Amino acid sequence: MSAPTALTGAAVPREPGAAPVAPPPIPAGRHADKPHLTRDHLLGLLSDMIRIRRFEEACAELYTQEKIRGFLHLYIGEEAVAVGAMRALGTADSIVATYREHGHAIARGVPMTTCMAEMYGMVEGCSGGRGGSMHLFDLDHGLYGGNAIVGGGLPLAVGLAMAHRRLGRDAVAACFFGEGAVAEGVFHEAANLASLWRLPVLFVCENNLYAMGSALDLTEAETDLHLKTASYRIPSEVVDGMDVVAVEAATKAAVDAIRGGGGPRFLECRTYRFRAHSMFDAQLYREKSEIEEWRGKGPIRRFRHWLEETGTLHDGDLDAIESEVKAELDAAIAFAEAGTREPVETLERHVLADSAAAPAAVRPETRP
Amino acid sequence: MTPTITAESPAPATDGTVETTYREACKEALRDALARDERVFLMGEDVGHYGGCYAVSKGLIDEFGPDRVLDTPLAENGFTGAGIGAAIGGLRPIVEIMTVNFSLLALDQIVNNAATLRHMSGGQVGVPVVIRMATGAGRQLAAQHSHSLENWYAHVPGLKVLAPATCEDARGMLWPALEDPDPVVIFEHVMLYNRKGTMPAAAGTVDIARAAVRRPGEDVTLIGYGGTLHKALDAAEALAAEGVSAEVIDLRVLRPLDRETITASAARTRRVVIVDETWRTGGLSAEIAATIAETAFWDLDAPIERVCTAEVPIPYPAHLEQAALPRVESVVAAARRALGRPEGAGA
Repeated sequence: MSAPTALTGAAVPREPGAAPVAPPPIPAGRHADKPHLTRDHLLGLLSDMIRIRRFEEACAELYTQEKIRGFLHLYIGEEAVAVGAMRALGTADSIVATYREHGHAIARGVPMTTCMAEMYGMVEGCSGGRGGSMHLFDLDHGLYGGNAIVGGGLPLAVGLAMAHRRLGRDAVAACFFGEGAVAEGVFHEAANLASLWRLPVLFVCENNLYAMGSALDLTEAETDLHLKTASYRIPSEVVDGMDVVAVEAATKAAVDAIRGGGGPRFLECRTYRFRAHSMFDAQLYREKSEIEEWRGKGPIRRFRHWLEETGTLHDGDLDAIESEVKAELDAAIAFAEAGTREPVETLERHVLADSAAAPAAVRPETRP
Repeated sequence: MTPTITAESPAPATDGTVETTYREACKEALRDALARDERVFLMGEDVGHYGGCYAVSKGLIDEFGPDRVLDTPLAENGFTGAGIGAAIGGLRPIVEIMTVNFSLLALDQIVNNAATLRHMSGGQVGVPVVIRMATGAGRQLAAQHSHSLENWYAHVPGLKVLAPATCEDARGMLWPALEDPDPVVIFEHVMLYNRKGTMPAAAGTVDIARAAVRRPGEDVTLIGYGGTLHKALDAAEALAAEGVSAEVIDLRVLRPLDRETITASAARTRRVVIVDETWRTGGLSAEIAATIAETAFWDLDAPIERVCTAEVPIPYPAHLEQAALPRVESVVAAARRALGRPEGAGA
């Protein structure tokens, strides 16, 4: 470990496992423009978060049974971000997500069946089995993939927004990414392009405080990430990413501004990953007490309490949701279990378009 | 940065052909594509107001406006990724990257996104983007503007890679590349831009699938592409003076390689010289040589010869740069070796 240097003013590097520097407090009043908070709507938010939670718990279990292999990055703890944001986006909008995108796919409406079949690598999966956990695609739901290069999806969202505008579509391109992506050059390139060309791009930073195992304050000189886009003239907002209603409200405000021609917006959603980065992570870089503290303010637990306190959640509601989700999940697992393994004979499919497999062969014999 | 080279206008001829330059042919292709399809736009560094680093797009911004000829910041990975996203979204972008050396900054987007999205999505996402870039040495631009790395791209499934060597191909390859449902990377050799050539006045599109026999011959096959095609043709001319009939193949398409044309010629002439400006180690010539060894081994009368760039970053001084590159004399010498007549005709 190097000593702090007066020259750069760098902070003393933290010992692994030490508590991270607390992020600045979240400004109050975020609920000022709450969306339509009907009981159905609120129960829908709760239900979607529980759907994602149970789906991923099942994935972790299926991973230990070796039904799912490869990398498996769980979103558990961060559900409020995807669920809140998706509720504020329209069906014509495009979504670009990361390799931790099960929650985005499910919140977006991709059937749990095809998501699970994709986890199994089956032909019936939403990506035909070729992508797996990190690459869920479903163009019928405007989901342009989980992208497993950190920051790799950001310029795609910029390009999708270019297409939306040039083709006269009233649509927004929303990209989700972790706070680790903010350190990538491509984040800054994408932010600059989106603002320079005033494109309808929504940047949603899911700040879970750790880029894999590296804490935010060990990797960023400015840990208040929403400040960064000021240099690109992109209005930004910091949001309590554990509060699904706050995320929905902030997203709605941002999307309204974007649709009004205001150019891109940036949301920094402060959240926390309860589980390991992937199934291979021993979590040596953070204390159990820190995880427990965040679990205490978990998005489902917190929202459920709030619904109970306000009398919105009635007796039996939760049981009904859990039992519906269980049925949906059981059906999804059964669907995946009954899936088809692609024959090896078609291995080389989907490299190029099928229509381009045999291009017309005109043989030029001309002299230069 | 490279100095702008002034564009020349095509000269009309009377026999139904026009004399033009490679640069003008590239520009005509861009103009035609922009005029044909509203979804097409050109984006890249200095393509608009500056007129293109090599003056290929000079004047197009006046003709089509700044939205169709779009200047970008110096952010290769970002704007190439934006082009890929725009293609996914239904547009037909032509992304220009100044040189292949700079394209390494965009390698992530090209290899990890453009080439993989169709596959990862199980066929849902097509990426009909065209990425043009200059390649090659010869202008004393030293070791960060002069390399030939087209083999890096030719290595990647999911991409198509073109190398127009003639005015007709420079004019005719762009439109079919835009019509192609998959990403196409086009390499334009910097030493070709000023090169004059004739082509039919009504030149249109050409195929982007096959190699071409540019000069038929019997005794030895010389294989080149892009900038090296002309060295191979000059070598064939020199060999003709020695009584050697050399066949010259222009690869045109670097991925997928037209193995059939390569193999047929090698099997017929029984001797092969590959002229390739990529480095010898792991270069495109290695793939071609391996292909011939696999498909025409028993037809060969001599070991396959390779004339490649010396294993050195391209140096600045002219004499060292030229010494590093494939030269006509070295192609002729390689052909003589293949023919078992190292002293040349009459020796």
